[in-house]
Amino acid sequence: MSARLPVAVGTASPPSQSAESVAVAPMVGRAYRTRSRAAKIALVPTIAIMLGFYYASISWTVYISMTRSFLLPIYKFAGAAQYERLFATPRWHVAYSNMFLFGVLDIIGTLGLGVLLAVLLDRAVRFEGLFRTIMLYPLSISFIVTGLTWQWVLSPTIGVQHFVRDLGWDGFVFDWITQPDRAIYTLAFAGVWHQSGLIMAIMLAGLRGVDREIWRAARIEGIPTWRTYISIVLPMLRPLIVTCLVLIAIAVVRSYDLVVAMTNGGPGFSSDLPGKFVVDFEFERANIGQASAAATVMLGSMLAVISPYLYFELARKNR
Amino acid sequence: MTTARRNVRIGRIGLYTLLVWICLFFSIPLLVVISTSLKTSDEVRTFSIFTLPAAPSLAAWIKAWSSACTGLNCGGVRVGFLNSVRILIPSVFVSVMAGAVTGYALSHWRIRGANAIMLLLLICAFIPYQVILYPLVKTFSTIGIYSSLPCIIAVHVIFGLPVMSLLFRNFYAGLPEELVKAARIDGAGFWRIFAFVMLPMSVNILIVATILQTTGIWNDYLLGLIFAGRDNMPMTAQLNAIATTSTGVIEYNVNTAAALLTALPPLIVYFVSGRYFVRGITAGAVKG
Repeated sequence: MSARLPVAVGTASPPSQSAESVAVAPMVGRAYRTRSRAAKIALVPTIAIMLGFYYASISWTVYISMTRSFLLPIYKFAGAAQYERLFATPRWHVAYSNMFLFGVLDIIGTLGLGVLLAVLLDRAVRFEGLFRTIMLYPLSISFIVTGLTWQWVLSPTIGVQHFVRDLGWDGFVFDWITQPDRAIYTLAFAGVWHQSGLIMAIMLAGLRGVDREIWRAARIEGIPTWRTYISIVLPMLRPLIVTCLVLIAIAVVRSYDLVVAMTNGGPGFSSDLPGKFVVDFEFERANIGQASAAATVMLGSMLAVISPYLYFELARKNR
Repeated sequence: MTTARRNVRIGRIGLYTLLVWICLFFSIPLLVVISTSLKTSDEVRTFSIFTLPAAPSLAAWIKAWSSACTGLNCGGVRVGFLNSVRILIPSVFVSVMAGAVTGYALSHWRIRGANAIMLLLLICAFIPYQVILYPLVKTFSTIGIYSSLPCIIAVHVIFGLPVMSLLFRNFYAGLPEELVKAARIDGAGFWRIFAFVMLPMSVNILIVATILQTTGIWNDYLLGLIFAGRDNMPMTAQLNAIATTSTGVIEYNVNTAAALLTALPPLIVYFVSGRYFVRGITAGAVKG
């Protein structure tokens, strides 16, 4: 397994930079490569899709967010009017601040559990393959199935609350998923369940690549194992941890299916997220202007997450 | 036994206990859903989903597969299953091949601005779907294929292209240049080298890419909902519609069976392909 991911270019993690990272890996020797018209023609569809579908669409959405468009696009420039309205909309306030709350909980939970799992499995345990298989299977399941499953497990009428009451504890209450001020926590919980295996896999690959000499030196010095992890090994893997953090943050900004299946944004709009806000305004309320403004805020949030990361990764690569 | 040794032993016991608890956390939801799907309707109504079925039966599975209702349509998730298969096969094939060709052209041929193209592709891989959803709907309406099978296939190819291209580019960039050099001296051109030199060397990466796209497209909900049209709704969309239908008594045994049927194909891919799956998701983790 590799130091993969967006731009996991030469992350300090040692695992042989294997070929399948979606990284901008250094070019193989430049000189030998020859020109070919066929190569250029082969790239035309990709470039056309990229410019025609991605960048043209992004520009359109950003521009529409600065007009007075409502049901249909209007192309007359109107400045920040849509944004003023958007940030005066209570539902957007809930959705946008939920993104941060959900994000913080999800990042702490997923990263914490993922790193813990990697460290546990790094301790030469038996049946490692079995443990890994169990920790990773949620990743293969869709967010729709994940959301429905946790909706059932946490439902007060059929899930945990009912079960504990059947055991004889009559007054037991666990109804967070139906509480407006608690539902978002249940979403984060399901998110952690789904994603922490991924962080475990990435971090375990990193831990396996740590130089054995470091462990030997720590043992000779008499440093306890837990201390070696916290003070030496995990700090060495900081670039990998940052990659994980960025990955989870990207997933947070994009969240849509999970909230649709688990709470559908409810009760009321209490567990709404920007992704759902945009889709609802676009396809149910047919308010393109507001949807475009909200989508542009999502785009901005994504850029805020990835641009420092891309900048430092590319800078490190060029050094 | 010395104290130090006893400490080590206690440590190991603690380690395994913790691991077992964590594995319970991961597996309980799946076990609960399986057990509920084997219950009868009466059991579901009276007991919590944590109790085991008294007399396990596959009745709910059969009902979920062939006669569960979405609104007024009662054809079961079989309909969505077939739609998902129809969407999946061409989408995976085209997106993987398009990614392979793009990655190959960007790695072993001199292209002006290759680095700029890769950076632009990388940014595309991060864009939230919501930012370009509406313009895509407009574009496909103008072309005249919106809400159809070709439309959803094209959309999956578009959304798969950036990650696929970068995945293959990085794989090919790691192959020795002598391969292409030698083939060129023998007089082979761009496409011949791709077909007879590159593809045969790409079996591993093709498997990784195919698995990544298969699970990703099978699990997609949003794109299918918006671009596939009513007659081609993928299984995930149909499942959500069945599970959130609020008319009458909610049949949790049927809903859980439908959820399991929907989760089964990617689960099988996961259990069969093991390491390839892990390589795929870690490499393509950027994809939503």
